[in-house]
Amino acid sequence: MTTWNKPLPTINGETKTFWDMARRGTLLIQKCDSCNEFQWYPRGICSNCWSSDIKWFPSTGRGTVWTYTVTNQNRTQGFDTGPYVLALVELEEGVRMFTNIVECDPKDVSIGMSVEVTFQQATPQISVPLFKPAS
Amino acid sequence: MVDLRRAAAIVGVHEHITRYAPDKSELQIQAESIQKALEDAGLEKKDVDGLFCASMSVRNSGLNLADYLNLYPKMVDNTTVGGGSFEFHLSHALNAIHAGRINCAVITYATQARSGGVSVGTGGISRQGHPRLDPSPDSFEELYGLTTVGLYAMIAQRHMHLYGTTSEQLAEVAVTMRRHASLNPEALFRDPITVEDVMRSPVVSTPLHRNDCCVITDGGGAVVVASPELARNCKQKPVWILGAGEAVAHQGAGKRDLMYIAAKQSHAPAFEMAGVTQKDIDMAMIYDSFTITVIETLEDLGFCEKGEGGQYVLNGRIGLGGDMPINTDGGGLSSNHPGMRGLFLLLEATRQLRGQFEGTERQVPDCKIALCHGTGGALGSRHSGGTVILAKD
Repeated sequence: MTTWNKPLPTINGETKTFWDMARRGTLLIQKCDSCNEFQWYPRGICSNCWSSDIKWFPSTGRGTVWTYTVTNQNRTQGFDTGPYVLALVELEEGVRMFTNIVECDPKDVSIGMSVEVTFQQATPQISVPLFKPAS
Repeated sequence: MVDLRRAAAIVGVHEHITRYAPDKSELQIQAESIQKALEDAGLEKKDVDGLFCASMSVRNSGLNLADYLNLYPKMVDNTTVGGGSFEFHLSHALNAIHAGRINCAVITYATQARSGGVSVGTGGISRQGHPRLDPSPDSFEELYGLTTVGLYAMIAQRHMHLYGTTSEQLAEVAVTMRRHASLNPEALFRDPITVEDVMRSPVVSTPLHRNDCCVITDGGGAVVVASPELARNCKQKPVWILGAGEAVAHQGAGKRDLMYIAAKQSHAPAFEMAGVTQKDIDMAMIYDSFTITVIETLEDLGFCEKGEGGQYVLNGRIGLGGDMPINTDGGGLSSNHPGMRGLFLLLEATRQLRGQFEGTERQVPDCKIALCHGTGGALGSRHSGGTVILAKD
């Protein structure tokens, strides 16, 4: 386990299941049982129809880079040591999430590139979903 | 909709010229600005019955400011939706004055972003000292190293990918703003720059270079807004509010097309209310946090088609002497950007509509109608957009 010195998420009632499954290597998104819409980020209501009838849905964890930036300057601890790739990845289910693209040279990242989820353990409770080039 | 055209007017403005003020408090800069703006209007403290403000650092900013000023306004509004908050304030003041609830509003802002060493664009999105906001942004954004500049950079990257926009086109915006700043004695940076200079400045977050990013300054200012009756008795000729529109844009549950910004929604009601079109606009104050902000905003305000913003800004079109001069004070890219800049859009548009620079290169000739569009927050995640259209008396 590499040392995680970046910000950590808060686990609360809305997100406990998400982080429990992330620890087991599954990326969950949400789907509404009333209107069948997917949504990202996880929350306590369906943001489309405002129903509470939302269910967790395992994403395939595959997607494409919708856009990205190689960031050279960020004073936040853990991000202040050099370039990293901040990206919006569009999952196969059609929702886009912020993430980092890892396990490749930042110069090789491009829009439309196929990526898949990988989890980095930050603490015994928290594994953070990141994306790497699809195998 | 009720006809709100000319239901209120800007009658006084003041820009605190400081760009570095370590010895003054935020509240002091605001107080000094309000005094000078009232003096400009020929009004006094006792005339003020509405207080509109936003702050980067003070919660309940309206309450603290009223306390400092020893003021008991009938209406307080510290709507804080990022840098464009002040276009929202003007829109709200218009409503309140039309409804007869107040007669004279002051809109004000100040900050010490520069002397306080605030990393506005590169400090990360976590708001140190503020309570966390879960589940988002803190749990699903902060841990990926989002920065303000990074969020705009992602939009620039995709704009280039989809429409062939180039770094040189982005740089043209910065070069034009610097040319305007060279005419403004108060501007932070006044030495002309070239496209090559912008391209050679360090890359902060691809594809944005340092010179694609606004400056960080201290500063502040105030605007006095009055009812038509009061406005007619002021020292200055009124600058009338013709139209206003407000909008927010966000991720839309991960599905919204982030390439369209809030200006897409806010401009239509503003133009409709004003009864004018893009062709009637003589000059525009476009929030220029980054060069890409200008290109996206011009597109979504309808000055050109989506994707054509990079071409639109070329050949001097957005410069003084061009078809659509913007940010004639030098903008946030070269004049000042004290954390939030929306107030300064109103100040320069008013100065232009008053013909204050008549006889100099900075004046937009025969300037009758101006548009201000404030953007607050970040294009790549969530932001606000406030459009206002102003007219000469």
